[in-house]
Amino acid sequence: MEKEKNKISDVVREKNPTVRNENYNKYVKQVTPAFSTVKNCVKAYVIGGLICVIGQVFTNFFLSKSGDMELAKAYTTICLVFLSILLTGIGLYQKLAKFGGAGTLVPITGFANSMVAPAVEYKKEGQVFGIGCKVFIIAGPVILYGIFSSWLLGLIYYILKQVGLV
Amino acid sequence: MADNSGTNKEKIKEKVEKGYKSAGKQSIAFKNPPYIIAEASLVGKKEGEGPLGSLFDQVLEDPMIGKDNWEEAESELMKLTAQRVLMKAGLKNASIRYLIGGDLLGQLIATSFGIAELQIPLFGVYGACSTMGEAMSIGAILVDGGYAKRVLSITSSHFAGAEKQFRFPLDYGNQRPYSASWTVTGSGAVIIADHSTKKEAGEKDIVITGITTGKIVDYGIKDSMNMGAAMAPAAFETIKQNFEDFEIKPDYYDMIITGDLGYVGKNILIELLKEKGYDIEERYMDCGIEIFDQDTQDTHAGGSGCGCSAVTFTAYVIKQLKEGTWKRVLFVPTGALLSQTSFNEGNTVPGIAHAVMVEAR
Repeated sequence: MEKEKNKISDVVREKNPTVRNENYNKYVKQVTPAFSTVKNCVKAYVIGGLICVIGQVFTNFFLSKSGDMELAKAYTTICLVFLSILLTGIGLYQKLAKFGGAGTLVPITGFANSMVAPAVEYKKEGQVFGIGCKVFIIAGPVILYGIFSSWLLGLIYYILKQVGLV
Repeated sequence: MADNSGTNKEKIKEKVEKGYKSAGKQSIAFKNPPYIIAEASLVGKKEGEGPLGSLFDQVLEDPMIGKDNWEEAESELMKLTAQRVLMKAGLKNASIRYLIGGDLLGQLIATSFGIAELQIPLFGVYGACSTMGEAMSIGAILVDGGYAKRVLSITSSHFAGAEKQFRFPLDYGNQRPYSASWTVTGSGAVIIADHSTKKEAGEKDIVITGITTGKIVDYGIKDSMNMGAAMAPAAFETIKQNFEDFEIKPDYYDMIITGDLGYVGKNILIELLKEKGYDIEERYMDCGIEIFDQDTQDTHAGGSGCGCSAVTFTAYVIKQLKEGTWKRVLFVPTGALLSQTSFNEGNTVPGIAHAVMVEAR
């Protein structure tokens, strides 16, 4: 009984605009098709996993060449970023992301894409006001809040250390 | 609802005879219904590949239209469309008293840069994707009022320009929800005149008999990726008002045509009107649904943008009227009045819809 669906009559007949808007939003949610979360998670897992496998291949390769893990990691990052930039430039990363969702967003390749895409788009507006100002338009918040939260955690760590808890 | 005899209809008629042109609360019944004497539509490649592809005057394969950036490309698109409609009417720029035009870009730059060299007095208008309805309404008022013999109403939109302004850079990897629409790259134009230019006896005149001007309607939708749901209440209110103002029922029209409600908004509109006792399902279409093939073109909810209703009206609807498939239609372009700033500030997405009554005579 509780689960009765929101009907359009609850929208049309409702006199109070606030309640009407609430009813309408509920109705719209019911009639708007949505992605299947399970399906999307599976796709993200596969694509994200593939990107990680490629990364691992790079790491193993560079490790076998240099014998230095730190160096191998650095080269892996450079290669993945390069691949992402290349795919973005030729318009393929968008297609991959349409399928893979967060699987392409979370790895470092997603970060590279989020910087190169605006750079390509805003190049027409000049080196300073175009590329310069807009290159971090998507990645900016990640950097800002990434640094901020590491500062915050550092502060908490410091205080805990002073108190003698850590 | 609409069943309190023909009293209002007589009142409208009486008023019109006395020289008043307003009908009901939000409508105008034109005393000398202006004629649409020429129409033109230019679209991009994707629209050309859609179901209406063969009906457009020209399909431009190059998304940049030979220009350096998206904004200039849209301006060029609008200029070419204006030139095309003038050519089709056999008129020179100087024969047009006013140009009423608009687009989606900030400060209407597609319009101002596009038509600059035409040197026609301009009213720039913004009604988001409802702009074609607004431009045609104002054009028809100017002509019926006797302030102009001929006016040109035009709008345009460009997929890439709209994405850049309202959403993300094109190459940014993200997923579009099913409710999102695809901005049409296209421009549509009509010339509205005070006299017929019919050449043969059998030819039909296309006239604008009346308009219903929409109010801003806000049912509290905040999702800018579900514009169909945001605009459906606006279409509902305007269509309902049109029925009430002219004391008519849906069967007065052979077709009721909304701009870009898409698949989500279409069903909501049908349900909203049904609740008020108007069943439009049999005689209803949406330009956003007609222009793309949902299955093969990956456009999710359908087409949108100022160009969507403009090119569908000029290429498809007018053709149906001329061929006699339909006699009378209600053309209702719909707009979602948001900006990136209003969205980021947590505002809702209000809608507006302008109805234009078009008839073949």
